[in-house]
Amino acid sequence: MTAMLHKNDAVFRLSLFQEFPTLMHYRGFGGYEALAKAVESNPTSIIETLAAAGLRGRGGAAFPTGLKMQMVRNNAERERYIICNADEGEPGTFKDRFIMTHIPFQLLEGMTLAAYAVGAAKGYIYIRHEYPEAQQTMHRSIAAAKAAGLLGDNILGQGFSFDVEIFSGAGSYLCGEETALLSSMEGKKGRPRLKPPYPTQNGLWGKPTLINNVETLANIPMIIGRGAEWYRTLGTLDSPGTKLISLSGDVEQRGLYEVPFGTTFNQIIEEYGGGMKNGRRVKAVNIGGASGVVVPPWELDCALEYHSCGERDITIGSGAVFVMDESRSILANVHNRVEFFLHESCGKCTPCREGLRQAGRIIHNLLSGKAVMADVDNLERYTRAMQNAAFCGLGQAAGNSLISSLRYFRSEYEAACFDYGNQYQREGITA
Amino acid sequence: MQISVREIINGMEGKQALLQILLAVQDASPENYVSEDAVNDIAYMLNVSRSRVYSTASFYSVISLKPRGRHIVQVCINAPCENAGKQEILAVLEDQLGVKLGETTADRQFTLEGVSCLGACYVSPAIKIDDRLYGDLTPELVVSILREYQEEATALDCNAS
Repeated sequence: MTAMLHKNDAVFRLSLFQEFPTLMHYRGFGGYEALAKAVESNPTSIIETLAAAGLRGRGGAAFPTGLKMQMVRNNAERERYIICNADEGEPGTFKDRFIMTHIPFQLLEGMTLAAYAVGAAKGYIYIRHEYPEAQQTMHRSIAAAKAAGLLGDNILGQGFSFDVEIFSGAGSYLCGEETALLSSMEGKKGRPRLKPPYPTQNGLWGKPTLINNVETLANIPMIIGRGAEWYRTLGTLDSPGTKLISLSGDVEQRGLYEVPFGTTFNQIIEEYGGGMKNGRRVKAVNIGGASGVVVPPWELDCALEYHSCGERDITIGSGAVFVMDESRSILANVHNRVEFFLHESCGKCTPCREGLRQAGRIIHNLLSGKAVMADVDNLERYTRAMQNAAFCGLGQAAGNSLISSLRYFRSEYEAACFDYGNQYQREGITA
Repeated sequence: MQISVREIINGMEGKQALLQILLAVQDASPENYVSEDAVNDIAYMLNVSRSRVYSTASFYSVISLKPRGRHIVQVCINAPCENAGKQEILAVLEDQLGVKLGETTADRQFTLEGVSCLGACYVSPAIKIDDRLYGDLTPELVVSILREYQEEATALDCNAS
């Protein structure tokens, strides 16, 4: 099965590669030239180039990659680890799946470059259990890279050694959160830890650890190979480069697209997605996955850019864009999100565990016509409490779709209440 | 012939992390689960308490502590699949297998489960049977996919008897 891949693919070049490519194929397109160049120079030059390129984490938090690497490198402890976070659990996202099945060597080269930069000898790829084909491809690719002297002991004869192992997840969304991922790798329940200390200081087995998303790491070979200036020709001044967008829902062409920053969401739907299916109109778009926001069509002129999106409270997150046409119910979709988070909540903190339970109960009542107007206000109150008081990102982000849908589609919530219109009658207005 | 927990743990490369051991033990089990005996063996081999093993095992939705069918049928229950017609697909699966979500068929061939996003929203609605992903499903397609697995199961039974 293949998704539509757009020709605009400067960084990931997904159109050049089929599923499960060979190492020879990757090298034929200039693969591993960046590593060969980098291992002859100072490791810190990699960090400087990434910082100059303005690369930021693509997993959702958008933390500057160069800075994160510098933090690991500055640590006095010499035993350092690299973890590639491939626990792509965000509903509506499938970019990491494609990177692993189509350009596995670009990911491995990126990890090796990152390892060289921070001085790590061991790396792990934490791949979710739902992606057996990605796990197999990465296994095969690691073996091929080792056989070619591009991974393992004495890489390219330069005396630098780096080994990569695969760690399988087990169906927990929360393990995509970096500290929960660490707990999971240490054999415990995948529950989050208090930050600080951050993994850069106190990560796997208490050692400094660089944790990056698949997409972030796969960016690195191209930036090192072609330079920060080339990278800055893509995207905008505020957000250089490109973002992989997982487009799904009621559009003509669902699929994975590499989109330069600065493209508007309207363009993503029209130019990349080929417009709406069945000639229907957009009712709402969910941006950033389940933990993202639900926005109405008039917000879609916003550019895909960290600053512009931040100003409008739009979370780019993992880059999931899920389009709903006018036939879709906002309430039913938000209910699905809440149920999802309720299932994935680890139960450690009360705001998340109980807040989601209450939110789920209220939306269930709304859908079955048993809710009153006061419930909608309560829903908003509980959601704010959850966002402010939850221990980790899951609980904080779980409220995004609730709050944004309450902001833009409050009338749909209110119309579902059985006493809807009563207040107008009291006020002498006929509804 | 079932492989023992000891053989699984000894056969694993790298650091013997509990979660990876649990997954390997479950994969080796014909009933797709981690039995009480297996939990005891893992605890003994790793020199940790049984409660520690249970604590990890019960947290992850992929690990089952109850016997399941030979094939695990997973239906994506997230919004993109929901909107693309998951209800219909689920209804066909429940009808064909004669079980509800979370149950195992009487012949112990299939367990029907809900799963959080399979990362296949470009071909939603999607399901996964064991390690295989099936997308762009229609009710007719689901019936024919299931039939392949059912015929294979009957063939195996004939060979066995």
